[in-house]
Amino acid sequence: MTRNLRLLGVAWLLNVKQLTRSSFDGFLAIAWPIFFATVAFFMFEAGGNPESLIYAALGAAVMGIWTATSVAAGSALQRERWFGTLELLVAAPAHFALILLPLAFATSAIGVYCMATTLLWGRFVFGIDITFEQPLFLALAIPATILSIGALGFLMAVSFARYRTAWALGSMTEYPIWLICGFLVPISLLPGWVQPISWALAPTWGMRAIRESATGGTPLPDIAMCLLLGGIYVAIGVVVTETVLRAARRSASLSLT
Amino acid sequence: MTVPLRIFFIGGITAYRGLINWLSPWIFLPTLVIAPIFQILLFVFIGRSAGVESDEFYVIGNAVQYASIPCLFAMTHAIAGERSQQTLSYILVSPAGRLPLFLGRALPVIVNAMFVAAFSLLVSGLLLGIDVPVSSWPGIALVIFISTFSCTGLGLICAGVGLRVRETAVLNNVIFGLLLIFTGANVPIDQLPGWMQAISNRIPLTHGIEAARQVADGASLGDVSGLLATEAVIGIAYTLVGYAVLRFMELESRRRASLQVA
Repeated sequence: MTRNLRLLGVAWLLNVKQLTRSSFDGFLAIAWPIFFATVAFFMFEAGGNPESLIYAALGAAVMGIWTATSVAAGSALQRERWFGTLELLVAAPAHFALILLPLAFATSAIGVYCMATTLLWGRFVFGIDITFEQPLFLALAIPATILSIGALGFLMAVSFARYRTAWALGSMTEYPIWLICGFLVPISLLPGWVQPISWALAPTWGMRAIRESATGGTPLPDIAMCLLLGGIYVAIGVVVTETVLRAARRSASLSLT
Repeated sequence: MTVPLRIFFIGGITAYRGLINWLSPWIFLPTLVIAPIFQILLFVFIGRSAGVESDEFYVIGNAVQYASIPCLFAMTHAIAGERSQQTLSYILVSPAGRLPLFLGRALPVIVNAMFVAAFSLLVSGLLLGIDVPVSSWPGIALVIFISTFSCTGLGLICAGVGLRVRETAVLNNVIFGLLLIFTGANVPIDQLPGWMQAISNRIPLTHGIEAARQVADGASLGDVSGLLATEAVIGIAYTLVGYAVLRFMELESRRRASLQVA
């Protein structure tokens, strides 16, 4: 148990260090959600409703967490292939999920930078003043959201294991998650058949928890739901990992060469 | 005369096929077919939530704006990609005229970008029930052509920069984000601050998007000829600057012996 926790911690730190090495990538990770936030702020400003501007500011901030996760986690296995380390990691005595999980959590943790800069952008450029009514709950909601988004990234990473172009699939999920999880648009505005999909996605509950914390609502059920779904993603991801690795070993196709 | 034409057409398409060989359906479908439709849906629903412009406003704006992805990325890679394939020095040591050599690669880029814009416009229009009269489609096709040509000029500048800078993907993503804000794809130009409007009026796609909206609303090509002429002039200006940047970077690379180094 201790060894596994140590592995998770050390691998997370190592991946965070690797992911923050490139200043170009770091800049893009921060700038990308700001572009969309800026457009959204202009649109909501034109709508003339100050409350919707606060709604958009919080949503745009969380968008960055998914941006940081979607492509990086989706293409995690392909990146290890390019590095030539995938076979070594799979052959290691530790379960492969324990190696991949901290990688996915590291990608979503990078999203904290995006979140902070988007909130500051909204505050200083658009004058959106957000008062967090329940900072303690917010301190719970943000890590819960990051963990659950990381768990979704982990599930994507193992699900896309057989695709050479996993980065493109990861990138493809960026807009749908922004839309379906209600980051900028209330879920009630989406067609009825989309709403059950929203509820099955942990970022929806993470977003709700952050908004409830900011506005003085009751975020605890949302935080619990967010963590529960994150846990389910991890459990499914572990099963998928074993299935994918078994198939890859049987057909000798791990390297996809 | 035939040699420059051969370099322009055959060389251009051969280079495109060679350098953009990674654009398999596994990349094309997610990034250039599905993603633009979801970008359109995202802004349509934000627009509905904010209670501002019509669905058609966002469908046309984002469909044309998304064409900048192939214009920027493919154009940059169609030239700067020579470096990563270790073939740049062979190209630049050849006696081929630089104008057909570089501009020939823009033609397939424009065709690809036109497809992306037209397809996303058509599909999202059908999904959202946007009624664009059939009679408007030829006019919209011309607007898309001029807009993608114009944006490919910007891509040519990025390609020139890409001869010296490694992180062209980051550069292209940043420019895409700026175009999203400044071209009026989602925010009417007159609602932007004055300094932003000044930039908007001098960049590719702004006038094309406005022309496409007017044509979709029933305006004739004559009605939008001013917008189209402005978009074309902007495109020519960016193409000339892009060509100058490419030549400058080539000469600098020779002078500093840094052709394959950067």
